[in-house]
Amino acid sequence: MATEVLMPALSPTMTEGKIARWLKSEGDAVHSGDVLAEIETDKATMEVEAVDEGVLAKIVIPEGTDHVAVNTPIAVITGNGEDVGADAASIAPANGRQQPTTADTPRARAPQPVAPETPRASRRAAAEEAEYTGVTRTITVREALRDAIAEEMRRDERVFLIGEEVAEYQGAYKVSQGLLQEFGTRRVVDTPITEQGFAGLGVGAGFAGLRPIVEFMTFNFAMQAIDQIINSASKTHYMSGGQMSCPIVFRGPNGIAARVAAQHSQCYASWYAHCPGLKVVAPFTGADHKGLLKSAIRDPNPVVFLEHELVYGESFAVPEDPEFLVPIGKARIARPGEQVTITAFSRMVKLALQAAEELESAGISAEVIDLRTLRPFDAATIAASVQKTNRIVAVEEGWPFAGIGAEIAALMFEECFDWLDAPVKRVTGKDVPLPYAANLERLAVPQVEDIVAAAREVCYR
Amino acid sequence: MATTRKGRPVGVAELDASPKELLGFYRDMLLIRRFEERAGQMYGMGLIGGFCHLYIGQEAVVVGMQAALKEGDTVVTSYRDHGHMLACGMDPKGVMSELTGRRTGYSHGKGGSMHMFSREKNFFGGHGIVGAQVPIGTGLAFAHRYRDNGLISATYLGDGAINQGQVYESFNMAALWKLPVVYVIENNRYGMGTSIDRASARTDLFHRGMAYGIPGEQVDGMNVLAVHEAGLAAAEHARSGQGPLILEMLTYRYRGHSMSDPAKYRTRDEVDRMRTEHDPIEQARQRLLEGGTDEAMLKDIEAEVRRRVAEAAQFAQDSPEPAPDELWTDVLVDA
Repeated sequence: MATEVLMPALSPTMTEGKIARWLKSEGDAVHSGDVLAEIETDKATMEVEAVDEGVLAKIVIPEGTDHVAVNTPIAVITGNGEDVGADAASIAPANGRQQPTTADTPRARAPQPVAPETPRASRRAAAEEAEYTGVTRTITVREALRDAIAEEMRRDERVFLIGEEVAEYQGAYKVSQGLLQEFGTRRVVDTPITEQGFAGLGVGAGFAGLRPIVEFMTFNFAMQAIDQIINSASKTHYMSGGQMSCPIVFRGPNGIAARVAAQHSQCYASWYAHCPGLKVVAPFTGADHKGLLKSAIRDPNPVVFLEHELVYGESFAVPEDPEFLVPIGKARIARPGEQVTITAFSRMVKLALQAAEELESAGISAEVIDLRTLRPFDAATIAASVQKTNRIVAVEEGWPFAGIGAEIAALMFEECFDWLDAPVKRVTGKDVPLPYAANLERLAVPQVEDIVAAAREVCYR
Repeated sequence: MATTRKGRPVGVAELDASPKELLGFYRDMLLIRRFEERAGQMYGMGLIGGFCHLYIGQEAVVVGMQAALKEGDTVVTSYRDHGHMLACGMDPKGVMSELTGRRTGYSHGKGGSMHMFSREKNFFGGHGIVGAQVPIGTGLAFAHRYRDNGLISATYLGDGAINQGQVYESFNMAALWKLPVVYVIENNRYGMGTSIDRASARTDLFHRGMAYGIPGEQVDGMNVLAVHEAGLAAAEHARSGQGPLILEMLTYRYRGHSMSDPAKYRTRDEVDRMRTEHDPIEQARQRLLEGGTDEAMLKDIEAEVRRRVAEAAQFAQDSPEPAPDELWTDVLVDA
């Protein structure tokens, strides 16, 4: 039986090409894998290989012919009498016209599925957060984080901490104090200074079912590892059709520090919040640091947990109960108010609360929302607040362009257009690398007075 | 420290393998060859899109290596991964229908050629970023040691990945912590269109772990028995707690880097010479015939392999595309 050899496509966009030359002549015996011909386009050259055994009975298109359309029969191979399987006919159709119709090819048609409502934002309220009425202890954020890690390591043998200086040094910012002593070197692992390597190692361990907590000394250094965080950790569950999850926490201080200049001072919130497949958390209070870190460690997904060097030393009443959890994906009303909504996360919550105090004395009632989680984003809580106050100021330490405030502005257009009594106002870090000089540094970072001024502006007062 | 078995002449090596074992290798290599030929053809027909990196020519590496592993050992590789999946025992139908982007594919059509996985077969991908699978494979080894489960990680990388910094970050940690990992460098002499001598200051890649005290060995990667023997020794080394080991497999890909390859960076003579003189499948076939295997049996194997590939190809074309709502699934695990 005869099989036609069709003009192949070198790429999805190729429609025609040139038969550069034939390497077999009519009458030659051909075997699987033999190169029959070379074809060319303006971009590339490719060999046409025989898939079936037999004899090259006929060359339909002579060499040198240009503009040969894809799927045109270019030669005929006849069987040599043995095991020319029926498969040959089904795949390389004998009539050569049975080319895949465009309607059937996956890339020819892009069915537009009905998107779930606002997939970018969480429309479903996160698990209700019960009010905690148990025992608390006043401790620093640094201690709250340590307690969260220790409790989860006691609870789940798969949890381990890995990073630079986490063990013997007790943490570059003293977050992991005492963990080496309690859990030993198997579960509290000092690494060499190789962020990409140990982040990727953590991802592999996560794929294998462990629960790594990868500490970056600061998130500035995680830029060395961002390929592993985005390409390996956040995308694999999707790319594997749900087979390969990566339960991992990437944590460390984010945002500015004091007088360390541009390479050590940057907010990565919007970078990570941009990416599906990740959860991104940036808490402020001690209870939220503890409860959200515990939730992050238990979460089956990769979680980027953004801390802040200038918050580590703040003290709060923190729940003692080892089952105290704060759900990821839920913002918190840090201070109720009526006339203007102020959103903030991480250290900026502190400044927003101070601004609200000052606004109070000026007769303006501000509602402060601590976003806590940036992905999935609690759009519902923000929208509900603005539908009450009709004004919003979005505060963040990071740069303005495509920042969290920009996302909130978009949300306001989509969800609160008819409720707004003033344009959305953003208070952000200035659009410059962070300077070292004390006066310039202060100018570059949002201050309480900037928030107060912005709130007055949207209130026209 | 590093030893070499470079240059062991084909046909002279006194490598042990029972005829039955070699027959199995022959079958497995042939399955990959025929599968890849069919994938290339289907790409030409427009049934497979995007990037498609074929493994033709390198079959002995993964077949010999996988046969040296134990049940439960984990495998990770880069994007030239179809052969690895078949050698791990994944179903050709599921692999081919992932290539055609159908819902019956291993990733439900959401990964494609470069991103497939099988928890069941301990195949951890299929990774599209050159070198990124090396820390991941090292992390799989970390998990084996953490659990003290006696298993090892086979981490494959190409000569193109060997100059990536994260490879050395991984070598360092693996040696530092004596992780049970075998790094299998598939040196097919070209990183895309750049030959190894134009990309690497030293081209003998088995030395690349020397700075970390990782032993390395160079292996004739076109000879499945040589690969298997080296793989057994390397697996034993890693399993026994002595830490990582590097195997440099000298191999060759007959086809382009991906389907659209200009084929301008090497001569046809070079490709033809490798094909006619060193083909791993032909070598195995000759050895089997010399050892008295009935030619009819080889023909039966060929027919059986063709049937499986044809079935896979048909299945991959007949299967439906993913349902539109699959667009939104598997982004996150439901917590």
